Amino acid sequence: MTSTDSYASARETTEGRVFTVTGGDWDEVLGSGGDPIADERIVVNMGPQHPSTHGVLRLILELEGETVTEARTVVGYLHTGIEKNLEFRNWTQGTTFVTRMDYLSPMFNEAGYCFAVEKLLGIEDSVPSRAQTIRILMMELNRISSHLVWLATTGMELGALSMMIYGFREREYILDIFELASGLRMNHAYIRPGGLAQDLPDEAVTKIREFLSWMPARIDSYEDLLSGSPIWQARTQGVAVLDVQGCLALGVTGPVLRAAGLPWDLRRTMPYAGYEKYDFDVVTSTDADVWGRYQVRVNEMRQSLRIVQQAMDRLEPGPVMVEDRKIAWPAQLALGADGLGNSLGHVAKIMGQSMESLIHHFKLVTEGFRVPPGQVYVPVESPRGELGVHAVSDGGTRPFRVHYREPSFINLQALPALAEGGLLADVIAGGASLDPVMGGCDR
Amino acid sequence: MTQNPVPASAEPEGAYLGAPAQYPPSSPSQRGIFGEQGSGDTSGFGGLVRRRPALPETPRPYGGYFDEVVDALEAAFPAFADAIERVVVDRGELTLHITPGRIAQVCQLLRDDPALRFELCSSVSGVDYLGADPRRLHAVYQLTSMTYRRRIRLEAAVTAEDPHLPSVTSVYPTADWQEREAYDMFGIIFDGHPNLTRILMPDDWEGFPQRKDYPLGGVPVEYKGAEIPPPDQRRSYQ
Repeated sequence: MTSTDSYASARETTEGRVFTVTGGDWDEVLGSGGDPIADERIVVNMGPQHPSTHGVLRLILELEGETVTEARTVVGYLHTGIEKNLEFRNWTQGTTFVTRMDYLSPMFNEAGYCFAVEKLLGIEDSVPSRAQTIRILMMELNRISSHLVWLATTGMELGALSMMIYGFREREYILDIFELASGLRMNHAYIRPGGLAQDLPDEAVTKIREFLSWMPARIDSYEDLLSGSPIWQARTQGVAVLDVQGCLALGVTGPVLRAAGLPWDLRRTMPYAGYEKYDFDVVTSTDADVWGRYQVRVNEMRQSLRIVQQAMDRLEPGPVMVEDRKIAWPAQLALGADGLGNSLGHVAKIMGQSMESLIHHFKLVTEGFRVPPGQVYVPVESPRGELGVHAVSDGGTRPFRVHYREPSFINLQALPALAEGGLLADVIAGGASLDPVMGGCDR
Repeated sequence: MTQNPVPASAEPEGAYLGAPAQYPPSSPSQRGIFGEQGSGDTSGFGGLVRRRPALPETPRPYGGYFDEVVDALEAAFPAFADAIERVVVDRGELTLHITPGRIAQVCQLLRDDPALRFELCSSVSGVDYLGADPRRLHAVYQLTSMTYRRRIRLEAAVTAEDPHLPSVTSVYPTADWQEREAYDMFGIIFDGHPNLTRILMPDDWEGFPQRKDYPLGGVPVEYKGAEIPPPDQRRSYQ
């Protein structure tokens, strides 16, 4: 002990014992009484603002050295009361709210909501086939863009920084397609009860075909970039294992469940919106670790491309909104020089030619349509798992109650099971492999 | 000639304020304060009929696999008649209304019985049927059988004064956060839950936001000289 050195001596303070080390004397200090913090539990707050928590997620980790002995998850920082707000808007306005929940998969939020409203109305079978095909097209493009963000952010967190740039680059292309169709990169409100806000423009069709031509090679290049990397393998293989029993007990669905070996994909097991007519494989893995989830998501992107291709082949001209004029939104938007906006033809008609059209437009837009009383639960397979919409109607023009079974919310419950007993660094990999989106989790 | 400016703070005359706290009291006629009858007026100013969700009951046969599920549950559960209050089949979905105290037992059987096998609890949520049901708070459970590819819904109703339900977390650990959310939003207390605290709202929040008598809140917004009231105070069409 350097007790003779008055500048570097150990001394007792009110805060505890203070050691001063000046270099080269570390062994001396530790040798004197062992590691002073060896038997101390450290509680670390990770987040809520942390680059690897995918939004505002707070983890309270109890550490013993680098080993996590206990993990607690705190959510709710992004709670926006969307479900409550829905009860004060009419059924059609609801799509503009739900699209903002899980901001990486807005099409699924909208589709789930619209399927629920259509089931309550009893009009599922009268939705035009073109609308259903475009919905599937949009959902699968969205699945690819969501998985791309997962790959990009997870790559970044595990040290593959280039993956982040490539993932976001390709996602941006898909968002451009969405922008051509709906006018917005995100928060589209494109899928509406009864059909779509407007038809898919020809430019978007061209752009999707272009996307299909180069995307398969890009997915191969991501695998070339990551799969062979020893760092990527070491950070993912055997990390954050959760088997099928664990997944089912904790309610985990989606790629995490399929990576554990159970081929449970609602598109195949409980088909909706015409998915039974599409030819695709349910991708599984038996690794049940982060590597398996990575494999499943990458291969799911390939399957989604197959579905997009088939949907493109099925696109036939036709209406994109139900026949029933009491439900169908009267106005279609039009693409102008400055983006999507009011259809001037429609405005000219209701303001200049047809009083009845004006009354109809006014009534439907301000008042909305009534939905017969009852309740439904409609699940769809979102990129993160089962996205369920529980909608209750009291017969009025507004939802009585809409609840989202958000896969991010449910899957995050598995984080302690993935993290406890592992290393601190694997909390990042394990948490990222659940693909939580806090906008959806907290709603 | 000078134009009269639009009075910004005046409330729209005769408008029905749509806040749930301001819903007309539950009356047999379920009509609002203006008492307009049969005029066919849909402007929102007149025909203020409060539509209340009906509480129907479906007789047997239920159709599809619903009969099999109910039969299997009846065979496996000695206290079936005591536990099942009503059975509703609507829009191709089966709802079993369960006596509140029995919900955990029923879930246990639904999960474990070889003829039922509802392995996954998809969702737990709350619904507040204020005015329509004296036991206004309903906990709604969506169960999924992966073995048989079936779905059913369980519903248990409690009063706001005694909102106690047994927790199903011992059967379905996934119900943990969902019950916490139902507690947070509706004040339903799940007895036996390991850690029933608020999850989405701050810990010190008062009240249960998703209840129908909890206002949405909001501020009026001025737009081109006129004042637009907050969403829960705008005219609503019933």
